[in-house]
Amino acid sequence: MTTEFPELRALGDTAVTLRFGAGIDPAIHARVLGFARALEAHRAELPEVVEWLPTFDSVSVYFDPAVADPQATMDALQDIARRAGAEARPGRRWRIPVCFEADYAPDLAELAAAGGIGVGEAVRQLTTARLRVYMLGFLPGFPYMGGLPPGCDQPRRATPRTAVPARSLAAAAGMCAIYPWESPGGWHLIGRTPVRPFAIVDGEAPALFAAGDEVRLQAISGAEYEVLDREAESTGLARERFLERDGN
Amino acid sequence: MSIEGTLEVVDGGLGNQVQDAGRSGHRAIGVPVGGAADRMLLACANHLVGNAPDAAAIEMALAGPRLRAVSGTLRLALVGRVKASLLRPGAAPLEVGAWRTATLFPGDEIKLGGVEGVAYLAVSGGLRLPPCLGSRSTYLRARLGGVAGRALAAGDRLPCGPVAGDPLLEWRAEAAFTHPAGPLRVLLGPQQDHFTAAAIGSFLGAAYRVTRDADRMGLRLDGPPLQHDAARGADIVSDGIVPGAIQVPGNGQPIVLRADAQTSGGYAKIATVIAADLPRLGQLLPGQEVRFAAVDLAVARRAWREQQQALAEWRARIVSFRPAGVVDEAALYQANLVSGVLLASHAEGDRSLLPWEDGI
Repeated sequence: MTTEFPELRALGDTAVTLRFGAGIDPAIHARVLGFARALEAHRAELPEVVEWLPTFDSVSVYFDPAVADPQATMDALQDIARRAGAEARPGRRWRIPVCFEADYAPDLAELAAAGGIGVGEAVRQLTTARLRVYMLGFLPGFPYMGGLPPGCDQPRRATPRTAVPARSLAAAAGMCAIYPWESPGGWHLIGRTPVRPFAIVDGEAPALFAAGDEVRLQAISGAEYEVLDREAESTGLARERFLERDGN
Repeated sequence: MSIEGTLEVVDGGLGNQVQDAGRSGHRAIGVPVGGAADRMLLACANHLVGNAPDAAAIEMALAGPRLRAVSGTLRLALVGRVKASLLRPGAAPLEVGAWRTATLFPGDEIKLGGVEGVAYLAVSGGLRLPPCLGSRSTYLRARLGGVAGRALAAGDRLPCGPVAGDPLLEWRAEAAFTHPAGPLRVLLGPQQDHFTAAAIGSFLGAAYRVTRDADRMGLRLDGPPLQHDAARGADIVSDGIVPGAIQVPGNGQPIVLRADAQTSGGYAKIATVIAADLPRLGQLLPGQEVRFAAVDLAVARRAWREQQQALAEWRARIVSFRPAGVVDEAALYQANLVSGVLLASHAEGDRSLLPWEDGI
């Protein structure tokens, strides 16, 4: 049995999930983002649509609970999905400072050893990888990033930690992410960044990252981390300084 | 006459937090909608004090708080399975039940008791705390909204909005607003194809018990394990979630997501509770038994419209009454009975013994 995409499935009586493929793949994700863009363009025609959430291979669309005829809305969405192309425009490109020293990266040595490489090689691979933000979820501003280098790719930890420090860079199962807050978590902690992935500041989007963004990691020392962390705490770190300029 | 004032939290109690209709529009950045666990009861509490149905109120889940009016005049409405004592300076404590309003003057206190399920305390004009991403709802995990993103604590000041009203006239509902009984109604899916036919049959036929593992995010059920289809398994590529979605991890025991459900998840969802039955999820208690029944989209939508209709009918039966012991000064002047003797003759403590006088 083959599934025909886009495939639409009701998510209760006030939401629907449209899938554009199966799996974690930049081409499928480009279709996800293309549909999100088309939805934005058609927003005025669908006043009952409150919001949508792009994920790896699907987009969930949420209706006003007073929606009169969800089936009609689903049909309209299916129509938009069939006609929408893949997103061609690249996302923003970030260069995020990360400290990979042992105090900040408690699982890095073990993870590297499991991958048959040393810590130095793991850091080299991590800082040359181009990570793709597929979606935000789990916690506000939490970016699921794909493109983890093979040497750093291991399954989740057998026993999750009850408290992962805020701003930890964590990796597992082909993905990596940055924890905006302290939280329980089962991924391997391989670094820490002073950059805040979520902040409510006037005139700025609360989340640093958006689906479709590209992220590269830049190694910093523990001393540099502390300086930046203090700055983030006192005056905040302007986000522009972590955006890559064209031509870099 | 305007009613407006500030409440102070004397004792935060346990599990009490500010909630409104929640913050929609931010799921794409991982921010759950949240909001009141029982939107119907939130609306009831707000209607009693003359607010818009989604105004910010206090959601109580375990032990209610103790609050003091520190300035102005405030009208409170209590809704749900909870009781309270009204403590006025120089008067004996007065027991107050739910489904009515009570007006507080500076120095008056209200002490809420234990709560079953979730109950609401709405204030006239709504709680005027600073909104966060368009809502005053408390989201503990990311410390958003409410009072500094946390549960109520002693010393918190809660400003209440101004409303027009007669401080000597209270309001009550003729009856409690009740949710329908019977199985929780669900639409199957979105991943019902990850389960065996036997598992779907068991899910719709067996009883499941609510475990102690229950909070605003969700509750774990315990019952006959639901087997996943061998080829598809329990895990999916993470996709969007909605409150009411029922995830089944590898152990086969369902997890029903509630108001603070995370935005996305990686377990197959066997079914999703319909919008009209979401308020019932907010009222479920550990140890309680639940059953599920599958309905289609048309039935789900009809149930929602009927619920809105029921709320409108309930609201139409809110009546005002003049609480015993509080004297209508205007009527007194008209009747030339201004002596003060009448005022003194009705002690606060007698109120609960006297019948309500309906004004409308």
